[in-house]
Amino acid sequence: MITNLGCGLNMIDFMLAILILIGAAFTFVGSLGLARLEDFYSRLHGPTKATTLGVGALLIASVLYFSTRGEGLSLHEILVTLFLFITAPVSAHLLSKAALHLRVHSVARPPAEAEDPIADQRGSSAAHPPEQAS
Amino acid sequence: MLSLAVSIAFALVAAAVVLSLWRLLKGPDKPDRILALDTLYINTIALLVLLGIHLGSSLYFEAALLIAMMGFVGTVALCKYILRGDIIE
Repeated sequence: MITNLGCGLNMIDFMLAILILIGAAFTFVGSLGLARLEDFYSRLHGPTKATTLGVGALLIASVLYFSTRGEGLSLHEILVTLFLFITAPVSAHLLSKAALHLRVHSVARPPAEAEDPIADQRGSSAAHPPEQAS
Repeated sequence: MLSLAVSIAFALVAAAVVLSLWRLLKGPDKPDRILALDTLYINTIALLVLLGIHLGSSLYFEAALLIAMMGFVGTVALCKYILRGDIIE
């Protein structure tokens, strides 16, 4: 993989290596947060970093790689980046709504006087009633 | 240098897949498992992009794009099932 054609390609190789390592490190940290944090709302925080920074840096590295080695500019990866960046907040919002609906365990106690906006939809099917959440 | 970086990145993303699988098997609540599946498809996209760089082939981006679209649809369907008790009402 390492070319000896001049300083330019070695510089691009260096930048590619840095971008790939940054992307893989953020992907790993995102899953580490998913595995190690203590409640669902904290765990939701980790994989969004893996989506934006991790996969984003890897796709930038891929654009750089195929633009310098293939023929011409390579822009397939912009589609994946755009799609991921649009859909990541939507899926995180839906996941947090589902978790609020099921009343999953949270380390932060909700304020006692806060009224429940979807109490009529929730009914009696709450998985964790608020008096059991500690 | 580049092949070494790609090898280290493969190891890191494989460790991320293992951690997500652990959360998928362990996760105490249903949203935890859905979030673990969401993270798994993100990790799969990262693995496919790395495989494309490693093999020097741009054939894998269509697969990555398909996984991105279908994974998002799956996450939304599972969340709607939890929220409403049905997917298409």
